[in-house]
Amino acid sequence: MLFRDLSFAIAAGTLTRIEGPNGTGKTTLLRILASLNDSYSGQIMWRGQPRAWRREEFLRNLLYIGHRPGIKPLLTPLENLRALMAGRQQTEDETLRRALEGTGLGGFQDVPSGQLSAGQQRRVALARLLISEEPLWVLDEAFTAVDHTGVAAIEELLLQRARRGGAVVVTTHHDLQLPGMARITLGGVADDG
Amino acid sequence: MTAEATVTITIRSEDSAVGVLPAMWAVLMRDLRGAFRQRQDLLNPLLFFVMVVSLFPLGVSPEPAFLREAGAGILWVAALLSVLLSLDHLFRHDYDDGTLEQLVLQPQPLFLLLLAKTLAHWVVTGLPLVLLTPVLGVMMQLDGNSILVLCLTLLIGTPVLSFIGSIGAALTLGLRSAGVLLSLLIIPLYIPVLIFGTGTVSAATDGAAVSAYMALMGAFLVLALTLAPFASAAALRISLSNS
Repeated sequence: MLFRDLSFAIAAGTLTRIEGPNGTGKTTLLRILASLNDSYSGQIMWRGQPRAWRREEFLRNLLYIGHRPGIKPLLTPLENLRALMAGRQQTEDETLRRALEGTGLGGFQDVPSGQLSAGQQRRVALARLLISEEPLWVLDEAFTAVDHTGVAAIEELLLQRARRGGAVVVTTHHDLQLPGMARITLGGVADDG
Repeated sequence: MTAEATVTITIRSEDSAVGVLPAMWAVLMRDLRGAFRQRQDLLNPLLFFVMVVSLFPLGVSPEPAFLREAGAGILWVAALLSVLLSLDHLFRHDYDDGTLEQLVLQPQPLFLLLLAKTLAHWVVTGLPLVLLTPVLGVMMQLDGNSILVLCLTLLIGTPVLSFIGSIGAALTLGLRSAGVLLSLLIIPLYIPVLIFGTGTVSAATDGAAVSAYMALMGAFLVLALTLAPFASAAALRISLSNS
């Protein structure tokens, strides 16, 4: 068992960081939150009702970016982004292009993603943050392989998001210090999560 | 990464949802695009098919009488094995790069997305086999009518193979060496399709009516098309849950 007696709420307009040493179940917790992992006992409520009842509504409001960014190496960043957004929201190619430019991939739109660096591939996935309409973001190790300026930009983005009424849950090994951030510490006692 | 204007973020209602058909189309197109950018993967099942079939006249007997009798069966078995070989790729790459997680998390019915995905798999593996069959049929000394019927049974049968196979591929996804288990799971389910497929062709060769056989093959297809996506969606959820 990874954790028990764990209870918390993610409210709109909050930023929550899940912390803990390796192997304490940060990723597992996020996968449970994102409804990818069903091997838990307990209850997860979505807007006051059990989540399982309103799965599709929950998924419509969730943006999850995991360890593996979901980028196909054979497709270009633009094609990847288009495929990732397709079932979620109507987006024009122009919007996607601008999002890619916003992540510093302006000149790489038509290069197969497999030829990009790990950080650049991660940026393709993170471009979704710029156009996402989903209020709940669950980001697992979002900063991996991204350089310092990139990290600063994402931090700013997350803060803005919370200020605008979105909810953000992150895990990161990067030392994240954002004002008003709640913490949930696994593998120990929670302090103010 | 530039920030956008400050608009308050609210819960997305049903009106902002995207229809399921565009979502299925996107899955289909992404998979086809990926497959056509990796042509050697595309050729693999096709080459296997051709090689297995052409080894029989060399290895067993080049007698026209033998080939005519065994030809349809050989072609069917070769097609079956070649689909089986390609099954592991159906979800494996997507699982490794994380696109499968994103597929499961789409606010769309998962079984319909998997229907599109399996269809894409059939277009790049099953369909080329059907298109190549007339050539190999001539090589196996089959007459025109038999070749026509053989192509029809494969046209109906290979999607069945893909759809049944998708269940096994989804179930064995979390395993490191899934190949053996996948074959053990799936081959028993392939046997009825094989029996009816070759049965149809031998009926046609004997000059009997094939419509009853064809109707049964069609029933297999409808059954696989409607039920297999549900099963593979459930299997996929379990596999992802344990990873």
